[in-house]
Amino acid sequence: MTQTLRVAQGGRVDRTRTLQFSFDGRSYKGLAGDTLASALLANGVHLLARSFKYHRPRGILAAGAEEPSALVSVRRDAARYTPNLRATQVELYDGLEAHSQNRWPSLAFDVGAISDLLSPLFPAGFYYKTFMWPRRGWKALYEPYIRAAAGLGRAPTEADPDRYANRYAHCDVLVVGGGPAGLAAALAAAERGARVMLCDEQAQLGGSLLAEPAGEPADAWLVRSIASLRSNARVTLLPRTTAFGYFPHNLIALNQRLTDHLANPQAGQTRERCWQVRAQQVVLATGAIERPLVFPGNDRPGMMLAAAARTYLNRYGVIPGTRAVVIAACDEAYRAAIELHQAGVAIAMIGDVRSGADGHWPEAARRAGLPVLTHATVLETRGRLRIKAVRLARLDAERRLIGAIQTHACDLLLMSGGFTPSVHLHSQSRGKLAWDERVQSFIPSQAAERARSAGSCRGVFSLAAAIEDGADAGSSAAGDAATHASGFPAATDGSRPPPDGAMAGYAGALPQPQAAAGSKAFVDWQNDVTTRDLALALREGFVSIEHIKRYTTAGMATDQGKTSNLNALGFVSQRLDKAIAEVGLTTFRMPYTPVTFGSFAGFARGELFDPVRTTPIHEWAVRHGAVFEDVGLWKRARHFPQAGEDLHTAVARECRAVRSACGIFDASTLGKIEVVGRDAVTFMNRLYANAWTSLSVGRCRYGVLLREDGFVLDDGVVARTAEDRFHVTTTTGGAPRVLALMEDYLQTEWPELQVWLTSTTEQWAVIALQGPHSRRVLQGLVQDLDLSSAAMPHMSVARGAICGVPALLFRVSFTGELGFEVNVPADYALAVWEAIYQAGAAHGVTAYGTEAMHVLRAEKGYIIVGQETDGTATADDVGLGWAVSKLKPDFVGKRSLARPALNAPDRRQLVGLLTADPKVVLEEGTQIMQAPGQRPPARAIGHVTSSYYSAALERSIALAMVAGGRARIGQTLCAAGPSDDLPVQVTSPVFYDPQGKRLDD
Amino acid sequence: MTDVSAARRPPIIAASPMLRLQPPAARHILRAPPAVLDAAGQALGLSLSMPVCRASADATRAALWLGPDERLLLGEESSAIETASRLHQVLQGQPHSLVDVGHRQVALAIAGPQAATVLAAGCPLDLDPGAFPVGMCTRTVFAKAEIVLWRRADDSFHLEVWRSFAAYVSGVIAEAARELAET
Repeated sequence: MTQTLRVAQGGRVDRTRTLQFSFDGRSYKGLAGDTLASALLANGVHLLARSFKYHRPRGILAAGAEEPSALVSVRRDAARYTPNLRATQVELYDGLEAHSQNRWPSLAFDVGAISDLLSPLFPAGFYYKTFMWPRRGWKALYEPYIRAAAGLGRAPTEADPDRYANRYAHCDVLVVGGGPAGLAAALAAAERGARVMLCDEQAQLGGSLLAEPAGEPADAWLVRSIASLRSNARVTLLPRTTAFGYFPHNLIALNQRLTDHLANPQAGQTRERCWQVRAQQVVLATGAIERPLVFPGNDRPGMMLAAAARTYLNRYGVIPGTRAVVIAACDEAYRAAIELHQAGVAIAMIGDVRSGADGHWPEAARRAGLPVLTHATVLETRGRLRIKAVRLARLDAERRLIGAIQTHACDLLLMSGGFTPSVHLHSQSRGKLAWDERVQSFIPSQAAERARSAGSCRGVFSLAAAIEDGADAGSSAAGDAATHASGFPAATDGSRPPPDGAMAGYAGALPQPQAAAGSKAFVDWQNDVTTRDLALALREGFVSIEHIKRYTTAGMATDQGKTSNLNALGFVSQRLDKAIAEVGLTTFRMPYTPVTFGSFAGFARGELFDPVRTTPIHEWAVRHGAVFEDVGLWKRARHFPQAGEDLHTAVARECRAVRSACGIFDASTLGKIEVVGRDAVTFMNRLYANAWTSLSVGRCRYGVLLREDGFVLDDGVVARTAEDRFHVTTTTGGAPRVLALMEDYLQTEWPELQVWLTSTTEQWAVIALQGPHSRRVLQGLVQDLDLSSAAMPHMSVARGAICGVPALLFRVSFTGELGFEVNVPADYALAVWEAIYQAGAAHGVTAYGTEAMHVLRAEKGYIIVGQETDGTATADDVGLGWAVSKLKPDFVGKRSLARPALNAPDRRQLVGLLTADPKVVLEEGTQIMQAPGQRPPARAIGHVTSSYYSAALERSIALAMVAGGRARIGQTLCAAGPSDDLPVQVTSPVFYDPQGKRLDD
Repeated sequence: MTDVSAARRPPIIAASPMLRLQPPAARHILRAPPAVLDAAGQALGLSLSMPVCRASADATRAALWLGPDERLLLGEESSAIETASRLHQVLQGQPHSLVDVGHRQVALAIAGPQAATVLAAGCPLDLDPGAFPVGMCTRTVFAKAEIVLWRRADDSFHLEVWRSFAAYVSGVIAEAARELAET
């Protein structure tokens, strides 16, 4: 194909660089600087897409982010396949491969187009009406059908191989939009010394100036301005960067595209960067978007916004057709007609929907001999895959025909319904909008953030005024940023140019002759919403614009109604006979244009998705074949299978070793908090449920921490290492929560206490040695430590050394065996562990993991907070009533413990359960019923919290929370299985060594 | 007798040209009211009464302001015992808390003209020298981890990172540095 519609010269494309690309498998040529849309237009291709609902042939309506119809997929390879891109924003590169969407078998012949003929079956809200009955039809028929039919492009089938980055940034003034107002704002702010960032979604800065013929005075200003900003080290310019979200306190999210425009991005090159910019002041210079006009058959390929046609001509050197009809509600259309006429496009007719037009451009058009028809409306259009003709009529105020209907052949229909200021970001920031009579649109009024709008996004349209407005905004923003930093009140803006009515235009559906039926008139191109859908919603009684939007889906497509919102409002206002200002506007939400998931994820993927915390002994566990489990962010060794072992046999072996010889266990992840100060004991007394005054230095106590509602929050061994010093341990997952709770009480409730908290979780690695041989293993390795029971009884702590490094040694047990926990500074832990393991070889030392630890503690009836407890268990419920001080005047949760509900006899209490068949291990979570065969609505009286096979007992065991459980010991209850019920005997939760003799060795 | 005191094993960090794992150091968290901090500073010969979020440092030691009553004391590894015992002597009977955290965290140094930009990949603070001058220090976040950040020079930062987060923090820094090297 040749670029037959490329004009001989002009435009901002590089005519020396021809690029090859393909669309739907067909090869074309374009130029460097083209978008996919401009390159296809240069080749005379207008048919780009099939519409969402009716599969109607669609072309290119716009030239920028507002494009509702020309959505395509771009493919680099199977994994790099991006659907639903606006062809108007896809920068052309050599070898670009684009595909149309939502059609089968081809774009020109699409079977799905049958839905256009069947459209009477699919009115607004048809999901809700049509597919109500029969109910089972949803699953079998309706939903699969709707799913298959829904959506446009398809998602890539492979994982995204690209990299994405995140960047925080700060500036005095962030300018959004690089058009005349934005550039002027950045220049003025930079001149006052501000740190300025300017972002623009396009590859080139300039905004609307890029649609002006090069070489004019405005172009010289553009070149000068960009050069000045580039040379300023305090200015950051970000092209190809969309400000897509406005978050509280002037946090703006930007999406910068780094490689999508490159023909051959390097392997591993970062594709997109998400910026989170905290700006002192924001200047929104986001421009305005031209509105299409609403009339029957207004969606055929070859129909385009007038300003878009100017952009294609002046920026890309492309004429989008050869014979045009122009429909104007705004003088801007005349300008397009004149320029296209000069470029050789025949102007068949300019139909102006207004009663007259005598501005600068209409006069110029008449002087150039272009035919103009006022009081015009469009009755219908013709042409299936490309517009062929348009039928125009003149109507009087009572919608009666004036004169004859005219039919004009054409291959291009331009329309200009006026311009809608882009207030998306202002609205996202919760800024107020006000209807402006001059602009005939909503414009920003009160800002909610330290932000101001400038240029056409606040209705200041003329170039000179927009530049002045931008400069004023940039200058006052820089001033406010400076005064804000120094604490002075913000300056008020000086006199800013007023909004003007030059681009006001028309909103709603064009008038039609009385009693005309007409074909579909589209309001929302992307969601295929027509005036009939809106009329139906109104007939059915919807009056709120928010409800009408949701019922008809107008403005709810990925383009967020950029071209459709005001026309929908205009139509509703016409039908309800209410002013648009009274109909109101729906809320804008982020993102302004779709953003890739990768950009949100940034670095947070794969190994960097979350921190992976490992202990100092981790690499030993890896070397010894450990299988790991995630506990919060930690990796913990779950078991150490030997050749041929499964989880069950490995855990049984590890448990037997602990009970018969000695096990070694990495408990480093335990939370540890050093509580230090004169009032440390007072603090502990107030916080934990236990009594602490009686705990002497060198001894430990099992501590229970309650919430204010009396339920168990955390537990752990607490050691008193000095009069004024406690070493508090917490559960692995509870460590940050407990420290935060402690700090909270200290800072807000008891600031008078002289006590300080320091986390030592990672200072100390913890090596647990458990089993009858554990003392013998440690004996030869410690210095300055007497391990005898006399010197170091159960629940004691001592300072000393092991293998030549300082140690804090605990005699504690979470297995019911004689046990020690060796705390050493973390960097020494691996060497100490290896030394102990080596010394223990003669005593049968065996590494065990968290699964064996769970079994061993369950055999002893020791609870795990979060497994036996669920946030609704009191200490007494889980058999820890003994730990709660009866004498202390107060502690966190004490008052709640007096509530009758927390002392009811039928509260669920911790018990043991034994199945009749010792081989059957109950599922954790199994519901316990009073009698067999009971099913809902019969109430369960309990549930299994822990269940294992115990090697020591050679049978299964389970812990359960059962209503009034302690009184039921000896009874037989029923475990509700998936297929049948099992009788279970209620027992004490302590299955093994109930007298605790083994602890005392 | 087994002696492993020479076998310190710091955590493994990701490799990046801008990043250096600093040698083991003496670290203490000292908590005390201002007057006691004053006295402690005099005993150490290193002021602990610095402005908010500022560090005081000499050739081998530093004190970082982490809160009104909280200082992170850094020194050479061998000085740990002496620092602790000197403070014990001076502060005996005075309200305070001194906790050894020498193994709790590691130090990473990030240096180079792009150092601040690399940190901006994960740290939401304004690292412009005007907003975060040389000598400033603070607890903050880097991506999903908590860090202490201290600016040693315009293009040089010192990070204190909890041991088990070092691999993650260095991994994100390496990735961010790699991204910057592209452009």
